[in-house]
Amino acid sequence: MKAAVIVFPGSNCDRDIQVALRQSMGSEPQMVWHKDADFDSVDLICLPGGFSYGDYLRCGAMSAKSPVMKEVIARANKGVPVLGICNGFQILAESGLVPGALMRNAGLKFVCRDLHLKVERNDSIFTSGYATGQAIKIPVAHHDGNYFVDAEGLKAIEDKGQVAFRYCGADGTVTAENNPNGSLNNIAGVYNAKGNVLGMMPHPERLCEAALGGTDGKAMFESLVAALS
Amino acid sequence: MSEITPEIVAEHGLNKEEYALVLEIMGREPNLLELGIFSVMWSEHCSYKSSKKWLKTLPTEGPQVIMGPGENAGVIDIGEGYAAIFKMESHNHPSFIEPYQGAATGVGGILRDVFTMGARPIANVNALRFGAPDHPKTKHLVSGVVAGVGGYGNCVGVPTIAGEVEFDPSYNGNILVNAMTVGLARADRIFTAQASGVGNPVVYVGSKTGRDGIHGATMASAEFDDDSDEKRPTVQVGDPFTEKLLIEACLELMQTDTIVAIQDMGAAGLTSSSFEMASSGDMGVELELDQVPQREDGMTPYEMMLSESQERMLIILKPGKEHVAKAIMEKWDLDFAVIGTLTDSKRMVLKFHGEVVGDLPIKPLAHHSPEYDRPWVPTPDSKDVKPEDVKEAADTTAALKTLIGSPNMSSRRWVWEQYDHMVMGDTIQRPGGDAGVVRIHGTNRALAVTSDCTPRYCLANPVRGGAQAVAETYRNLTSVGAKPLAITDNMNFGNPERPEIMGQFVGCIEGMRDACLALDYPVVSGNVSLYNETNGKGIMPTPVIGGVGLLENADRLATVAFGAENETLVLVGESKGHLGRSVYMDVLEGKREGNAPLVDLVAERRNGEFIRSRIEAGLLTSCHDLSDGGLAAAVADMALASGMGATVTKPASSSVPTTAWLFGEDQGRYLVSVADADSFLAAAKQAGVPAEAIGRTGGQGLTLPGGSTISVTELRETNESWLPNYMAS
Amino acid sequence: MKARIHVTLKNGVLDPQGKAIEHTLGSLGFEGVSQARQGKFIELDLEETDKAKAHEAVTAMCEKLLANTVIENYSIDLEQ
Repeated sequence: MKAAVIVFPGSNCDRDIQVALRQSMGSEPQMVWHKDADFDSVDLICLPGGFSYGDYLRCGAMSAKSPVMKEVIARANKGVPVLGICNGFQILAESGLVPGALMRNAGLKFVCRDLHLKVERNDSIFTSGYATGQAIKIPVAHHDGNYFVDAEGLKAIEDKGQVAFRYCGADGTVTAENNPNGSLNNIAGVYNAKGNVLGMMPHPERLCEAALGGTDGKAMFESLVAALS
Repeated sequence: MSEITPEIVAEHGLNKEEYALVLEIMGREPNLLELGIFSVMWSEHCSYKSSKKWLKTLPTEGPQVIMGPGENAGVIDIGEGYAAIFKMESHNHPSFIEPYQGAATGVGGILRDVFTMGARPIANVNALRFGAPDHPKTKHLVSGVVAGVGGYGNCVGVPTIAGEVEFDPSYNGNILVNAMTVGLARADRIFTAQASGVGNPVVYVGSKTGRDGIHGATMASAEFDDDSDEKRPTVQVGDPFTEKLLIEACLELMQTDTIVAIQDMGAAGLTSSSFEMASSGDMGVELELDQVPQREDGMTPYEMMLSESQERMLIILKPGKEHVAKAIMEKWDLDFAVIGTLTDSKRMVLKFHGEVVGDLPIKPLAHHSPEYDRPWVPTPDSKDVKPEDVKEAADTTAALKTLIGSPNMSSRRWVWEQYDHMVMGDTIQRPGGDAGVVRIHGTNRALAVTSDCTPRYCLANPVRGGAQAVAETYRNLTSVGAKPLAITDNMNFGNPERPEIMGQFVGCIEGMRDACLALDYPVVSGNVSLYNETNGKGIMPTPVIGGVGLLENADRLATVAFGAENETLVLVGESKGHLGRSVYMDVLEGKREGNAPLVDLVAERRNGEFIRSRIEAGLLTSCHDLSDGGLAAAVADMALASGMGATVTKPASSSVPTTAWLFGEDQGRYLVSVADADSFLAAAKQAGVPAEAIGRTGGQGLTLPGGSTISVTELRETNESWLPNYMAS
Repeated sequence: MKARIHVTLKNGVLDPQGKAIEHTLGSLGFEGVSQARQGKFIELDLEETDKAKAHEAVTAMCEKLLANTVIENYSIDLEQ
């Protein structure tokens, strides 16, 4: 599998996902500076977390208009898998690759903690290493992860099975109490209609090693390696 | 007619004697620009004029020290060719006036001090002190400062892994925001501010210069009065996005062979950075102020030289390397300008619109700044509180519950969940442990970092309090299994012109010095913040210590969570039941009296070395140092961290009253859990370390002698609820 | 020409910041305040002198960057 990580000015989880990819792939992902729209053809494109353009105007708004994103959108539309984590999810939403928008957390504060996600389906290239309904421990670290989409859009993504993950308790129950940011229907991650683009607020790349507090993130990268190698 | 009136001199914070020295150095009357430069260079903040005499007495050397105080930050050797670079700095006054921006720019400033030396910042720490919870400003300040620390650190992508938050009425008018950054560099690739090479270009990179923060450095050295709110416009605004770009751009530039010297523009901006570089290299410098990138129209030389706009660096390049540096700055969308050259005149010449607008000698200004031997009086001794004079708690468990639900003992989760403490993927001990721990990327070594100070001890007995602050960091690093290597200090005090305040300063330094010497634990960097007073009321003396230690094997990390059920709890160190100035006396008895506990530095070192040897050998399943709240608070922390209960039994041999035994704050102690108690106790005996079995792990509840049983769930609810409830109220 | 753009959350989109403002105003004793909504104000200087053309340009800017039309509305004021 060949992977590329797009680095925007202000990205700060680019190294973290590079490490996670390296550990699962056994080879180096390509780090692509946002000004280099013309990068090698790869099997997976990752948009890392961080504060691209300082989160100024709206999180992800400026990056979504950068030259490299035109290329990412074109490739995604041709079916190349794209994974956007945290700020990467915000960029995907701003660029229209996944439905919805990420608003300021309902609690108005930045939230950094481990929590649980319910895997909605495991028939995707991103989640085949999990069981459907499984609760996995993955951390969040964001100020603007409150997922919103209008009623019609929400119905559409629910009906089409585009919800990838929901915030839940350790036992997998989805309750308001386990919602860290006010996201509609506890949505933590969504697919595009074709299922080749995943945007998620939580950081699977942060829990791929026992020393860091857990390994539940690893299966996502292993799923991708299995599907794309 | 003279341009410089006595009023103008006074507005610049210079007294008569200091102005006379200005006239002598200049050989003429200075113009306003020159006076402004003297004023910032000789401010307490930049010149350490009240504290220098005493700071010099601190030990700063050791085989592990690569660079000590005097540089932007201290540098220590951590093996395998790596160096750790760190410093703590205050941003107290700006944070009181505008908490979000004050705290944010405090974080930004300390990050620059570290990466300017060639280090990638890998951990942030914050020591915060606020007024009484019921003071009308406190909640607003907590909310703004925490958001500001997080807003900046989270955006630049450096994990905030440790810190302190304390409430006390003495900080009502003067909060303390002390930020520390630890960076990682190759030991043979350290950059300094020492300029050299006549004709070398002086280059400005980063953000443009605006009118913000003019007189920030002099403000940091002035007492507050009721009009302080009017000083608002001088607070600078941070741009963490630009800082992130600046970090990446500078580290990239440092990979090329182009830099002679580099210095961030911190307090007193362009003035202090250019003076420091020229003076440490014994050079002269000529600046063309028209070339300074400006954010606003019509800026004067005075404003440009004194501006404290953030996210700016000054670099001396090797000749002919401008294009290399410019290309890197352009890649990162940062301003780049050649604003001057180095000369051999040993003077600073400032030009604007083709005219010389300022001409000052460098060495006399930088090195002959006033230095005061301020009169001081020692703090009078406090009468000790005897353990048997304190009435026994009716129910020790109920007392513990009150204690851990009190403002200063309750969980700080509400704070640290607003900080990204995991970014960079190397945090192996998150906030909530004894010290934060990050791996050295790509290796199996790790750095442990902590910040500590117990101001109520320092108030009662500055010498004991100063030693205790150092010893507590030593203990916290030891508890995670790290060898303590060196410290940075952030000396926060009231008005040094008052002899009793100066006495507190002198006493704390003496205690710190004793502890550093006894523990082979030198001071490698530091910062002084004086005049933390409002209407003549000073803060408690607060010498905050930031300690850094090394784990050679990250797999050996020890934590406060009990390892397994039915293991033996062993208390290491001597328990005499010292209740003077304890949290117990304050919270349960409403009394702030007695002497601070004495730190037996010989025992401190011996006990610490013993604990580390056990951790290295893998013989402990958990470890926690004893501090505020004594044994009872420590066992509660461990139960909370593991979700497992414990039963504590007082040994029959102890003659200390139960309450004092549980809540006393004797120093140099640790609580550990072990699977094999006999061999542990035998090893302790052999090492001459006092140790006794005091209970067992296991169950759902915590039982104390002289008390009922409390469930870990109830303990958690009590401990976790105070701060979020307070902030939501 | 000066363009002043207000970007506000659409009706029906929950605005936690607006809610917090309303709550705090209430706790400060300002009564009778409701429906607080927080938005953004953006000011631009334009070289364009033709009002219709300027409006068209600024509308495009809003659609492309300044507002996220999934959640936000915008309004434009132009002043010679």
